[in-house]
Amino acid sequence: MKVLHFTAAALIASVAFAGAAHARDQIQIAGSSTVLPYAKIVAEAFGEANTQFKTPVVESGGTGAGLKEFCKGVGPDTIDIANASRQIKKEELEACKAAGVTEIQEVRIGYDGIVFATDASNVDFALTPKDVYLALAAEIVVDGKLVANPNKKWSDVNKDLPDEEIMAFIPGEKHGTREVFEQKLLADGCKATGAVDVIKASIKDEKEAAAKCVKVRKDGVAVDIDGDYTETLARIDSNKKAIGVFGLSFFENNSDKLKVATISGVTPSVETIASGKYPVSRPLFFYVKKAHLGVIAGLKEYVEFFTSDKMIGPDGPLAEYGLVPAPDAEREQIRKDAAEGKTL
Amino acid sequence: MSDAVTLTGMPAQARRDIGIKRRYAAERRFRAYGIIAMAVGLFFLAALIFSVVSKGYTAFVQTTITLPIEFTEKDVDPDNKRGENPAVLAQGDFAKLIKQGLAKRLGFDPSDRKSAKLATAMISDSARTDLRDMLVADPSLVGKTVNVSLLAEGNIDSANKGQIDLSVPEARRKVKDKQLEWMKTLRDAGDLTKAFNTGLFTNGASSRPEAAGLGVAAMGSLFMMVTVFVLSLPIGVAASIYLEEFAPKNRLTDLIEVNINNLAAVPSIVYGLLGLSIFINFAGMPRSAALVGGLVLTLMTLPTIIIATRASLKAVPPSIRSAALGLGASKMQTIFHHVLPLAMPGILTGTIIGLAHALGETAPLLLIGMVAFVADFPATPLEPSTALPVQIYMWANEAERAFTERTSGAIIVLLTFLILMNLGAILLRRRFERRW
Repeated sequence: MKVLHFTAAALIASVAFAGAAHARDQIQIAGSSTVLPYAKIVAEAFGEANTQFKTPVVESGGTGAGLKEFCKGVGPDTIDIANASRQIKKEELEACKAAGVTEIQEVRIGYDGIVFATDASNVDFALTPKDVYLALAAEIVVDGKLVANPNKKWSDVNKDLPDEEIMAFIPGEKHGTREVFEQKLLADGCKATGAVDVIKASIKDEKEAAAKCVKVRKDGVAVDIDGDYTETLARIDSNKKAIGVFGLSFFENNSDKLKVATISGVTPSVETIASGKYPVSRPLFFYVKKAHLGVIAGLKEYVEFFTSDKMIGPDGPLAEYGLVPAPDAEREQIRKDAAEGKTL
Repeated sequence: MSDAVTLTGMPAQARRDIGIKRRYAAERRFRAYGIIAMAVGLFFLAALIFSVVSKGYTAFVQTTITLPIEFTEKDVDPDNKRGENPAVLAQGDFAKLIKQGLAKRLGFDPSDRKSAKLATAMISDSARTDLRDMLVADPSLVGKTVNVSLLAEGNIDSANKGQIDLSVPEARRKVKDKQLEWMKTLRDAGDLTKAFNTGLFTNGASSRPEAAGLGVAAMGSLFMMVTVFVLSLPIGVAASIYLEEFAPKNRLTDLIEVNINNLAAVPSIVYGLLGLSIFINFAGMPRSAALVGGLVLTLMTLPTIIIATRASLKAVPPSIRSAALGLGASKMQTIFHHVLPLAMPGILTGTIIGLAHALGETAPLLLIGMVAFVADFPATPLEPSTALPVQIYMWANEAERAFTERTSGAIIVLLTFLILMNLGAILLRRRFERRW
């Protein structure tokens, strides 16, 4: 009987205890796994530089999941910041507003480049959006008609490319990277090959036509990777002739194992992406609940710390890891907007 | 059947063919299948252990670089205020101290920015915090020069352990030729050494591989295991005793039994969803807390414990119960004085196996926010923490090379814990089990 009493007491105590522990002194962040490494670097440096604050807790789980948690409401039992590898969607914003999260600050932290890379032992690849489209699209135009993609080798796509089987590991559909891949490479390639006109001639609805343009072939040549870049790297390790899609920072951390492909003649690097020469990049964000500023200890300071040049500047640790810093004027603007508390 | 004759020494004519050869052959084949099955299992186990240990054993040592660090007053306490407020020492420019130490040791001009950048890149950023803590703990160091062992940066550590392919052209390598040359100088002088990596067990999560450790994760796992043990053992045992000894056998209890068996096989992520909606959204418990993780894992472990406990209660012979009842014990006395103690080894074994299962679980923790970067140690189970398997998962997704060995190192640590727990279960059974 003692045992039973003890259990009941423990249960009650734990629930009551939890209720009492509501006041939170630690920032809680969730969201994109692309932003996670940057957020970790900043969180760690923030904890070290400000001994009066605790190191923020950074959850990973994806942009969508993070924003969903973010939009649950206002109060210490909800998260303070959502990291995002894409801009917040209209529906998400509406869900946020409906739950009482009316004032949201958007903070852009820089840019992430998306690169094609292959094993270091492989030959050099010089790709264009057109090549990527012809190699990986589900349907391409042959003699004025849409047919299932017949290309088996890179040399079928473009005779300057190596005589190797096409094998590509691309991010799965739940990844934010996939969207960039579709918009910046497949859609452009669709236009460049003239396939877009053929598609539009047969499909009236513009949205449907655009979706058809970026459809990836499903015959085993392009493989969706739902895991992280480490999985793509492992796949390339075991299939040396294959090509994979990576984030610039991941590639830079593994540049001894991988060889990067140029896109339209431009080698991806922090410089070429910052200058806009390299076409495939996207901005990274985090979203802050304005209602939590000044309530959660250290949140305001964290936002200031993150947007300072010590972190997102060209000589900061984030650029060192592979983040493409925003241009000077844009960083100035980011800081100004953050300080003024500009909301969406 | 001529050999049968020689075996038995009997006349051969009257033997019936009872297929003895065929049956012996079948048995031999069956044994061979068994041995093959076991060999396949052992092969995969050996392959797993080999791959983990061969990749992970290096995680238990860490490269450090010993430098003469001079705590110059103008860098750590420019206004000479440490007398009245020792906290000013924490604001010192420790990066500069490290740079000066490197310049002195490696013999380059500290104003030579290129060399300075390459050299400071060899020392972990965490070293600044280490120096700060050292100085704050002992302010009398100001003005003195001390030889300090500083953590080497992750890539330098990997290079020192031979994990970086140096045949790759310098531009595509994380470790540059100049740094390799310096490493050689330092190594020859005995200032670049490998030591046991205590940080792996005492540090929290870090974005720098060299400073990342399992401390917070181990703490979180410990809090969760205690919660699971304290809650699931009494609840599970009470439920089993009631179901086994008191409950009437009817449709309802049959239904409960089916449900319990079902729950034992439910994917663990479902418990995470349940935990999120009940403990966090409804009861308002904090996110990422080990207590919530423990409660979720309790729910997950309960069916296992109930099934194991009922089986061991059933295994106690009815004669024990009859004897106790016959001597005038009440039903409750019978159970608590005789049945339960005899069933205890089985119950504990079941509990430990359930706990070991819970220790290795990540999926339900994802939804309650425990798959997270947590650098600070949790003081109570209500503060954010992670768990050992979560740390393995997070390290496995890191881009830096040095995290690869840590991932395997963490797997070794987790496997060690699991082996210890399962050994405990076996010992308990050996020690207390009674055979009838």
